[in-house]
Amino acid sequence: MNPAAPSGRDRVLAQIRQSLRRAAQDEQAVAPLAGAGPRPAFSGDVVERFVDKMREKAASVERLASLADVGAAVARYVAAVPAGPALRVSRALAGIDWPSTLTVQRGAAVREDETSVTPCFAAVAESGGIVTLSGADTPSTLNFVPDTHIVVVHASQVVAHFEDLWAQWRATGQPMPRTVNIISGPSRTADIEQTIQLGAHGPRRLHILLVAS
Amino acid sequence: MRVGLFVTCLADLMRPSVAFAAVKLLQDAGCEVVVPEAQTCCGQPALNSGDSGDTRQIAQRVIQAFEGFEAVVGPSGSCMGTIKHDYPALFVDDPVWRARAEDLSRRSHELLSFLVDVLKFDAVAARFDGRVTYHDSCAGLREMGVKGQPRKLLAGVSGMQLVEMQGTEECCGFGGTFCVKYPDISTKMVDDKIAHIQASGAAAVLGGDLGCLLNIAGRIQRRGLPIRVLHTAEVLAGMGASPSIGEPGQAPPAGPGHAGQPQPS
Amino acid sequence: MHAPTTTFAARVAVAIHDQRLQAALDRASGGFVAKRAALVDALPEFEALRERARTVKEHVLSNLDGYLLRYEAEVVRQGGHVHWAATDAEARQIILDICKAAGAKTVTKGKSMVSEEIGLNDALEAAGYQVVETDLGEYIIQLAKEPPSHIIVPAVHKTRAQVADLFEEHHRPLGYTRHLTEVSEMVNEARQVLRGHYFKADVGITGGNFLVAETGSSVIVTNEGNGDLTQTLARVHIVTTGIERVVPTLDDVTTFLRLLARSATGQETETYTTFSTGPRRVNAEQSGEHSGEHSSEHGSEHSDVDGPQEYHVVLVDNGRSKMLGGAFREMLRCIRCGACLNHCPVYTSIGGHAYGWVYPGPMGSVLTPLINGIDNAYDLPNACTLNGRCQTVCPVKIPLPGLLRELRRQQFETGLTPWPIRTALQAWAWVAQRPALYHALMRIGIPLLSLVGRKQGVLHALPLAGGWTDTRDLPAPQGGTFQQAWKAQNGARS
Repeated sequence: MNPAAPSGRDRVLAQIRQSLRRAAQDEQAVAPLAGAGPRPAFSGDVVERFVDKMREKAASVERLASLADVGAAVARYVAAVPAGPALRVSRALAGIDWPSTLTVQRGAAVREDETSVTPCFAAVAESGGIVTLSGADTPSTLNFVPDTHIVVVHASQVVAHFEDLWAQWRATGQPMPRTVNIISGPSRTADIEQTIQLGAHGPRRLHILLVAS
Repeated sequence: MRVGLFVTCLADLMRPSVAFAAVKLLQDAGCEVVVPEAQTCCGQPALNSGDSGDTRQIAQRVIQAFEGFEAVVGPSGSCMGTIKHDYPALFVDDPVWRARAEDLSRRSHELLSFLVDVLKFDAVAARFDGRVTYHDSCAGLREMGVKGQPRKLLAGVSGMQLVEMQGTEECCGFGGTFCVKYPDISTKMVDDKIAHIQASGAAAVLGGDLGCLLNIAGRIQRRGLPIRVLHTAEVLAGMGASPSIGEPGQAPPAGPGHAGQPQPS
Repeated sequence: MHAPTTTFAARVAVAIHDQRLQAALDRASGGFVAKRAALVDALPEFEALRERARTVKEHVLSNLDGYLLRYEAEVVRQGGHVHWAATDAEARQIILDICKAAGAKTVTKGKSMVSEEIGLNDALEAAGYQVVETDLGEYIIQLAKEPPSHIIVPAVHKTRAQVADLFEEHHRPLGYTRHLTEVSEMVNEARQVLRGHYFKADVGITGGNFLVAETGSSVIVTNEGNGDLTQTLARVHIVTTGIERVVPTLDDVTTFLRLLARSATGQETETYTTFSTGPRRVNAEQSGEHSGEHSSEHGSEHSDVDGPQEYHVVLVDNGRSKMLGGAFREMLRCIRCGACLNHCPVYTSIGGHAYGWVYPGPMGSVLTPLINGIDNAYDLPNACTLNGRCQTVCPVKIPLPGLLRELRRQQFETGLTPWPIRTALQAWAWVAQRPALYHALMRIGIPLLSLVGRKQGVLHALPLAGGWTDTRDLPAPQGGTFQQAWKAQNGARS
């Protein structure tokens, strides 16, 4: 590359500065914007709101007393779909008693996977949504490839607003993962004659197992 | 209060009864109404066509003609919107004229909202039998905040049944020069508006802006539909029985017995 | 640069008479308008959110260089690459170079208006790549070889029968031979066909609704999940986005997300909101010094087991940095929600194709002349009644009618306004500035017109006014002018 010719980066930045009628400003110099955006206020229990919002958005929610009930609940749900007994389960989901009727595989999802089971990082009550952070034990393909996605949510994981979610993530001190997914229901489209159809590309079903704390 | 009437070119040329109705209403509300002769047009056609040079010159005339009135009132949300909101921006580089434009802006009002919001006038003594519906002209609605005031005034008209149509706030397709430059689109929009009027079951449609009303009436007449079209001020001033916009017949009397003299009820 | 080969008038005439299109537009826009209104009513904070969004955008624009540099530094820290494209041609070349270096054959795409703005698909296909749009609406119009007719629902003009025909024609070689009739069957078939493409794609290209400077993340929102499958399964993920999309923090992007789905589709949120930051992590305990090149099949205990190996962001300028310094800066606040289209009586009468390019409706009428040249799009700013509904629903409070009027002003100043209109305006203005002359002329002209129209109450034809009288009567004047009658009653008073 000709060192004398300004790069695209140089030209774009130069034009920005010319438009703003000032000299260069590096990223440290930006004074942050004061204040914060308004949060949609709501009353009542955050967990109840989370459940209502998920159901509103065509996810199903089953409430369980403890983690010990998860295995059986998954088996029942899968039989009712009906789907096969093979599950793709997040390595990060530990301490589950899986019934022998089910087969559990780990790792990234493959095209043939019918059902995945994952934990989540948090759940947001404001407008519904479970939040997953991708990682070695939480591959994000589990959220999108299978037909059915089952998520284990602990009631204590439910926060009120998205700002609470971000505060929680910042508090972990971890770097940003490759993806943060906020998922509020099964995949849908209305692209053909404005008719809503579930299961466009992502999972056809989103099933929440809400474990009491 | 001494009020300068902004006649509007459409009322002046096409439907003086609207201006006479405005005068009557303002007088009934206790105002002294003066009509400066040196007024012609607010300059909106030039403004909306990008001809800011001509618009500025017309605006200067209007500003001069209406200096000194406590309030400047016109029977059109669109013309008064231009005067109130667009005039000051025309003089960005001229502090003297800008100040004069801002002063006029502060004193400018659309007729129906002026009667209700400023004069707190509610002594409408008119009669109009039958079902009517209301078209919310875009500029009046969005630039001048005209929505509840005409309805409040019309509630005082005996015999009238006001039904709201679907899409009261949808544009009728007039848009100034738009309706002649893009007649296909404009005609479709006015047909949509007429469909809403018909669906409401109203025998007449009222509104606060002659541009809209001429457009709607013109299409109604061409299609041969039996829907009357009138300016709200005309109905409020007791002229509801006269030929509606586009109807053949004697023009409403503009001689003695009208403006400036008490009306027999 | 793109100059349409048909005229606006011709495209409008086709659209107005297309009954199927009209029905589709009524259904789509009507639905979005009603759903949005219901959600706005249910959210007392909506106006405050709009104001905050406007404030954040203006703050970013005033500090655009600083925020882009901060964003770039974060992306690089996380192992991604940032490319700056001053023009559409440069953007295309950057993407072609990335695809070539990756040895790609198949490219899947999530929805990206910017990629359409720069003409990316044609360039990729010309270079021999197989390009597959994965958003169902974009996929349908790709098969039909048509441009989008709405920025949110690009295939809104297609009936299910038309979609069935397209699928039959294009899916037959893949072994799908049934002619489908139900929407659910078509969505299912598309799901299977597109999965085939996702899993063999080498490069996945998505747009970026927002870029977050705090974390170096790109954000996409979809209902379908196609953007996620596109970016996660391919080896290389490319984000194409405009330079104006950067926002400062995660909390700031939340404000926009609260407005976006409500404004666009009348939903509280879209199904999937995804924040992507860099390529798959390798040995994540260390800082992101390594790119994906050294990752092995199985990865270490702390490495990602899925996700793209390379993450590239192409920041597209294409005139935006120049807009920043002029009368149209406020247009850069646009978040491409489509609310203005849905509420525009002109758009809902003529549909998206009439606008001649990728951006329709009020926002398109501002952007198209700015990006493609004012002389290339005379009609767009003029085919508007300035009714203002777009401005009242814009989540970032862009003064669209004011911007359209400013475009008209520039057209007038540069002599683009057709001379009959210029002449008529200047004649009117000349007379209007001379009240005595005006009144004298009207004293003659108006009674004359009213004489002609008196019997029927209307004039059926008027010279030079064919645009009116072809479809409408002109109500006849009432006999004389108001000023004339007033003067007669009250004597001259100034």
